[in-house]
Amino acid sequence: MQIAIIDYSIGNVQSIINAISHNRDDIKIILTSEKNKILDSDAVILPGVGAFQKAMNELKKRDLPEILSEYIKLGKPLLGICLGMQLLLDSSEEFGFAAGLGFCQGEVKKFPNTTKDKLPNVSWNNLTSNSLEWENTILEGITKEDDFYFVHSYICLPGNQDTILAHSNYGGVQFCSVMKNKNIYGCQFHPEKSSFKGLMILNNFINIAEK
Amino acid sequence: MHKFRLIGRIDINNENVVKGKCLEGLRKIGNPEKFAYQYYVDGIDELIFIDAVASLYDRNSLVNILRETCTKVFIPITIGGGIRNLTDVQEALNAGADKVAINSQGLRDINFIKEAVSNYGSQAIVGSVVARRHRYSWEAFMDNAKHRSGINAIKWAEMLEEAGVGEIMVTSIDNDGLMKGFDEELVWNITSAVKIPVIASGGAGKSDHISTLRRKTNCDAAAISSLLHYNHLGIEEIKDYLLNTDIEIRKCK
Repeated sequence: MQIAIIDYSIGNVQSIINAISHNRDDIKIILTSEKNKILDSDAVILPGVGAFQKAMNELKKRDLPEILSEYIKLGKPLLGICLGMQLLLDSSEEFGFAAGLGFCQGEVKKFPNTTKDKLPNVSWNNLTSNSLEWENTILEGITKEDDFYFVHSYICLPGNQDTILAHSNYGGVQFCSVMKNKNIYGCQFHPEKSSFKGLMILNNFINIAEK
Repeated sequence: MHKFRLIGRIDINNENVVKGKCLEGLRKIGNPEKFAYQYYVDGIDELIFIDAVASLYDRNSLVNILRETCTKVFIPITIGGGIRNLTDVQEALNAGADKVAINSQGLRDINFIKEAVSNYGSQAIVGSVVARRHRYSWEAFMDNAKHRSGINAIKWAEMLEEAGVGEIMVTSIDNDGLMKGFDEELVWNITSAVKIPVIASGGAGKSDHISTLRRKTNCDAAAISSLLHYNHLGIEEIKDYLLNTDIEIRKCK
């Protein structure tokens, strides 16, 4: 079992490595942007914090949009975390317009003015769902009482409602907090910084890769 | 209203947890990694490590403590005290910190804050305001509350927001370590002046202080230390009290 964490000089990847190796010392974790290593991995995590356009530029410099596109066609799981989730969509309105990876339909927008709360959203928040079951997904075993750590000013608006695995609510605005499009997952919060339940989500992701 | 955050603040000197009164007379009281892990397991929402003397000499030991803590503690961690340049910021983030708190060097050169935000994003930079009350106002202090800056503390918070920081942490020198409650007036003045999240530090001595702080100031988080370090109250006990007074917060278990 090998997990690749995409290395494109964006964000705190050490926490993700620590969180995975904490539960599973039998997994080989590599930090890489190399095509062969990524395609050979059983699971891939795309981390990210900060600005959308800057992150896309860093991905492009390393040919990662093409490499990741090839990877997901193999049917193996990909998890985008925080900005890494937002990058999976078609585009973002951050600083005007920026094209994303386009692995999931939809766009990234700033929290609307109707939010009654401060921005950025820096808080622990729970997940809800209207209809979808969480069994056999990365949210297996998670309840609507559990909280996760969010830090963001922008939100994902998936084009296909069926890809919204969970919602969260901030200041009266409901937004997509977990996304699933076949083998592609995204979490707006940081599972690696969300205590025991966050570690459970990472563990579920590994279990999916092992199936 | 979003959930309130309870943050464990751990001041460190020479590899020891230290705590004083009004940021002076620091006493050694324990091992920082042990404290951090215990608070994490007990349900704290975040941790803040502060290099209490901010000496260059101690920098490596603090980074080592942070690196070790991050292998077993999976909640957000902020590090502050003596962050002087982008190399310091990078080193802290590499060791596993999610955020870096900056005060003194920002007061000397606000461009340093802007550069740090531009390089690492506003989510990674916490603007720190260390304030001492004068009769009708508060002054921002630097170098662990040893030197005056001549800048009004509320003004300093506004400057930090303008420079792009993601959050403000405000520490009351007058109330620190006394456990008689927060300087709510100071915190209220800052939450009124800025739109970004505000963390209040200095003075928590019982759960009601935290509850009152939230109600009176609408701040986003409380950083507490003596209450936890001296085992006055457990984290679950504090959170249960807050929940009972209608303050939403993540449950411990």
